Amino acid sequence: MGGHLNINHLLFLGHGALWTIGLSLIALVGGAAVGFVIALARISPLKSVRLLSAAYVQIVQGTPLLVILFLGYFGLAAIGLQTSPLVAAGASLTIYVAAYLGEIWRGSIQSVPKPQWEAAEGLALSRTQRMMKVILPQAVRIATPPTVGFMVQIIKNTSLASVVGFVELMRSGQIVNNSLFEPFVVYAIIAAVYFAMCYPLSLFSQKLERRMGRGSVNPALA
Amino acid sequence: MSIELDFPAVLERWPNFVGGAILTLELAFFATVSGALLGTLAAVGRGTHSRLIARICKVYVEAIRNTPLLVQIFLVYFGLASIGLKLSAFTVAVVALTINVGAYTAEIMRAGFEAIPRGQIEAAEGLALTRFQIYWHIILLPAVEKVYPALTSQFVLLMLASSVCSQISAEELTAVANYIQSDTYRAFETYIIVAVLYILLSLVMRAGFWGLGLVLFPRRRQLGTPL
Amino acid sequence: MQQTASPTPIVSLRDVQKSFGSLKVLDGVSFAVERGEVLAIIGRSGSGKSTALRCIDRFEKVDGGEIIVCGRRVDLPDIDLRALRQDVGIVFQSYNLFPHLTIEQNITLAPCSVKRMGLSEAKALARKVLAQVGLEEKVHAYPEQLSGGQQQRAAIARSLAMQPKVMLFDEVTSALDPELTGEVLKVIEQLAADGMTMVMVTHEMGFARSIADRIVFMHRGKVHETGPASILTAPTTPELVQFVGTGNLKS
Repeated sequence: MGGHLNINHLLFLGHGALWTIGLSLIALVGGAAVGFVIALARISPLKSVRLLSAAYVQIVQGTPLLVILFLGYFGLAAIGLQTSPLVAAGASLTIYVAAYLGEIWRGSIQSVPKPQWEAAEGLALSRTQRMMKVILPQAVRIATPPTVGFMVQIIKNTSLASVVGFVELMRSGQIVNNSLFEPFVVYAIIAAVYFAMCYPLSLFSQKLERRMGRGSVNPALA
Repeated sequence: MSIELDFPAVLERWPNFVGGAILTLELAFFATVSGALLGTLAAVGRGTHSRLIARICKVYVEAIRNTPLLVQIFLVYFGLASIGLKLSAFTVAVVALTINVGAYTAEIMRAGFEAIPRGQIEAAEGLALTRFQIYWHIILLPAVEKVYPALTSQFVLLMLASSVCSQISAEELTAVANYIQSDTYRAFETYIIVAVLYILLSLVMRAGFWGLGLVLFPRRRQLGTPL
Repeated sequence: MQQTASPTPIVSLRDVQKSFGSLKVLDGVSFAVERGEVLAIIGRSGSGKSTALRCIDRFEKVDGGEIIVCGRRVDLPDIDLRALRQDVGIVFQSYNLFPHLTIEQNITLAPCSVKRMGLSEAKALARKVLAQVGLEEKVHAYPEQLSGGQQQRAAIARSLAMQPKVMLFDEVTSALDPELTGEVLKVIEQLAADGMTMVMVTHEMGFARSIADRIVFMHRGKVHETGPASILTAPTTPELVQFVGTGNLKS
């Protein structure tokens, strides 16, 4: 590479963009699996389980993702595991996403109207049955718009994986820039690609929210 | 596989940690104040009759909300440099964080404005207040009150996100951690300490916003209604 | 207290037209209010009576016709809205007190920021108008600490503090429980006795009959019948007969 922006640079950026999508999917799937457990633990009948899961959420939501990424990167090394940026980034993002999705979903589960819980109880269903057959199907409907909205946060947040050396879109941008020395142009292109990935999801989430007939403000930064 | 943790070796550097934490709070403070201002203006702008202004505000909000902060920081950093402005990393960080949090604040404030009943504005118009007076006396504070918890969370998130400014070598907490860990070769311990400090800082900020709420909303204080 | 009627009315509407989309709400409405006069506008919901009232303070723009309030052409686009609204006080069905301000702050806000009155003078004024509506002891309370009737009286006091030349009342007791309407009506009665010029849209037929100098009965966007309060007891048009006959005439 070097010289002017050429097709090879763009291919390299495209490759990075694919990894951004890949890492986002890993974070989403991992975060969803752990987050689901967190959501259930937050409303568990056992107080110790509730406290533990609440502590998890508080700690993760009180720590910058960048620091979590460093902890994942150096922590895995500290316990003697061979670290790859992919594993470190995937694990850290999973931990991070789980705390936020867990809270979103706990809220959704708890906003299923009370009579529904009581009706399910009246039918003599077991706790698991009540959850699986009555509450969760309704909670999923409530949870969908904010979950789609949070996917935007996930995509943007994967950019921080560049700091631990994972070559996604942001990192490939930095690499391209190192040979071009045209930071403004390169980062503007990067921004445009992120926008192209995120904006449709944002619109979709807004549309879902309107269909549900309620707007919400979800504080979010990345 | 075993972990040997040596916290004392890292904790020796406590003055650096404290310095970094203070800088992070300063960053957060300036960006919160100017971001709240920018966001409120953008929210007002989205509601004006001028199509052009409304459009500009919408483009700003959507552009920021759909791109990563890290990219925005680099764009501001190199953008300001390319137009010949030589600013300190701290100033660049404040500018970038302001632009970023302003967009999120705009969305929250818009929700707050929309929650003000039409009758409130009519009553104020009926009393011959000017447009500005209506915004200032009738809309602004009740709107802020309605979305205060969301605003609090947003600005705490901003403080946490300011860690990204370490990437343009603003000397805040994460940057301090980065050089301490490379000095001491105790990365894991360093970042654990830093994580604890960030959690403390978010508690400090939440306490600060709680106190500010008492000052801003005397009715809440007098009637004892929680936010 | 009887005042001499001025040659020109304080409020006059002439052939006022107003549509919301394809729906004609006001279809050639004309009436006038003299100084010191109390005018009650009655009619079914949807008859256009609230819209007519709101046009006087230009909360609605008219499509045609002429409205003159305190010598100002309200129908023209270059109307000085703020001057108009200093002359006209309006009280709404839903009180619309500002929830974050105390009753005193609700009242002093406009005199201080519109008329540039000093704070101590405004506070004295607040006490005076609160005494007029019998709420002196609520001066430092917040609206949510008051009953509906008290809130509405406070809203009237807030308007009075601007010393308007005419007061508009838009169904001010409709949101109140029956046992609370009395205290609000009493305040309005007292204002009338003090010679305030008033236009009120109301469902309280008994009240309208006892307080109004003149009644305007609106039907399908037109002034269907108008005259002294006695038209309520001896209506001439079948529509008014039907309206007062459907149990609306209660004291």
